[in-house]
Amino acid sequence: MKAVCWEGVNKLGIEQVPDPKILNEQDMIVKVTATVTCGSDLHLIGGYIPAMRSGDVIGHEFLGEVVETGPRVTRHKAGDRVVVCSFISCGRCWYCAHDEWSLCDNSNTNSGIAQAAWGYETGGVFGYSHAMGGFRGSHAEYVRVPFADYGAFTVPDGVDDESAVFASDAVPTGWMGADLGGVKPGDVVAVWGSGGVGQMAAQAAKLLGAGKVIVIDQLPDRLSMAERYAEAETINYADTDVQAELRERTGGRGPDVCIEAVGMEAHSPGPQFWYDQAKQQLRLQSDRPTAVREAIYACRKGGSVFVLGVFGGLVDKFPLGALMNKGLTMRGAQQHGQRYIPMLLGRIAAGELQTRHLATHVMPLDEAPRGYEMFKNKEDGCVRAVFRPGA
Amino acid sequence: MNRSVGGTLIAGAGLVGAGIAGAAGAVKWLTSKAEGVPGDRTPRNRWLMVTVNCPPGQFPAAGDLPEPVAKLTDRAEVTIRPAPGDRGTELGMRLLEQPPAGVAGVTARLSGADPRQEIRSALRDAKSLIETGEVIKPDEPTTHPTPAGKLFDFATRRAGGEGRL
Repeated sequence: MKAVCWEGVNKLGIEQVPDPKILNEQDMIVKVTATVTCGSDLHLIGGYIPAMRSGDVIGHEFLGEVVETGPRVTRHKAGDRVVVCSFISCGRCWYCAHDEWSLCDNSNTNSGIAQAAWGYETGGVFGYSHAMGGFRGSHAEYVRVPFADYGAFTVPDGVDDESAVFASDAVPTGWMGADLGGVKPGDVVAVWGSGGVGQMAAQAAKLLGAGKVIVIDQLPDRLSMAERYAEAETINYADTDVQAELRERTGGRGPDVCIEAVGMEAHSPGPQFWYDQAKQQLRLQSDRPTAVREAIYACRKGGSVFVLGVFGGLVDKFPLGALMNKGLTMRGAQQHGQRYIPMLLGRIAAGELQTRHLATHVMPLDEAPRGYEMFKNKEDGCVRAVFRPGA
Repeated sequence: MNRSVGGTLIAGAGLVGAGIAGAAGAVKWLTSKAEGVPGDRTPRNRWLMVTVNCPPGQFPAAGDLPEPVAKLTDRAEVTIRPAPGDRGTELGMRLLEQPPAGVAGVTARLSGADPRQEIRSALRDAKSLIETGEVIKPDEPTTHPTPAGKLFDFATRRAGGEGRL
């Protein structure tokens, strides 16, 4: 079958690879009909997460049709149209049972690698490096879905593929930031980053009753989307002092909840970008935590900071003093998608959550390398490129 | 404890490519567990533990443990005890034999012959079997035989037997 493979730093190729097979009794095979670029893929492609091998199939946010089920799959059958959570989770370990699905104990086949890096491993992820299990990604014609009864969800009739596919990752990730960030009715919520995840966090905050949502980025077209679909106020950080703007717009208090949806390749107009970039390139730190620092500094006393952006290792100049002295609550997570996806598909079907506008560019799988270039460079207003393997 | 925390940080830096620190960490990591005293609860031959999400009343009896653990009971002692709260049951194993030490220990870990690697894998597999009924298998590889890839092959072959258990 055809698949999009990582072939080296900033090099993708379309390759022929063997079709996936049922390897465990709880597996199923899905014929991929829509699979999406994600900002976190850029960290893998750019070599910022070193546990990649030449030939690895990338992609983790997808939707498709069930074509084969293992003997212990009971909730799905061939022909079902399903969206699949990017995290692979067993559904029965203590973490899954307590709705912290991305922390699954039983789905990462390379647990020792992640334990060495982080103390304990996360669950496995499709197409997301050998530290996360080394599973094949979704930018392919077919993909094996382990623990299928727990990770795949039937898409309601009437929800088109380009809307539903984001329920695989961007929507539950954004929702989780607002939910576990503790957004309450009347809160002021600031969101750093207006990509797919940031926009979904902003919509989620609004739906959870936030009194005001403020989205921060430098891309006018994405900020316009946040204004239109999340009814958010926006700040273009290239034009103004973000900290001063936030103080002014919050009566001097600062946001109640700050959600970081940027990750390890953050940009900023000031000298700290060059400082962080130099240290990252010299491998003296693995991540550029610009937006995390800003969020901690901007957050009101006693407020909450939630880190949704992906980070891999160590950072420098972390404002621990601000965190401690202001009495902040800081939390982060990879997405616990299985906790939210059925509810979110319902909200998409009901028109409460708007997702389709994220699919700014739809193209055949063969054009994935070009799609990633557009996505990386934000060409032509690209927010997300959706690949259609069957097209 | 301090060494364990420091080792984790260094290993983390190693993952993201902090070369010198990573190399130093790797040496420390390899040698830190290379010596042991069989049967003693020392830092070098501790119980290796997993917590299984299964109430103590439903946990398999010592004679009915999953095959990955059962087949090692002539080389390691087994402990089963309730976990606090709703956390299930703690399952542990500790080697009866003398783990390889010094250069032999480093060689054993690198070659996959350290018996503690087998115990870690067995505990993880037993936990998954009790909780889910199976052990997830890795996908068939699509990767190319590059020099860096061979290094990763080595790391992933060892990953199941290493870690912090």
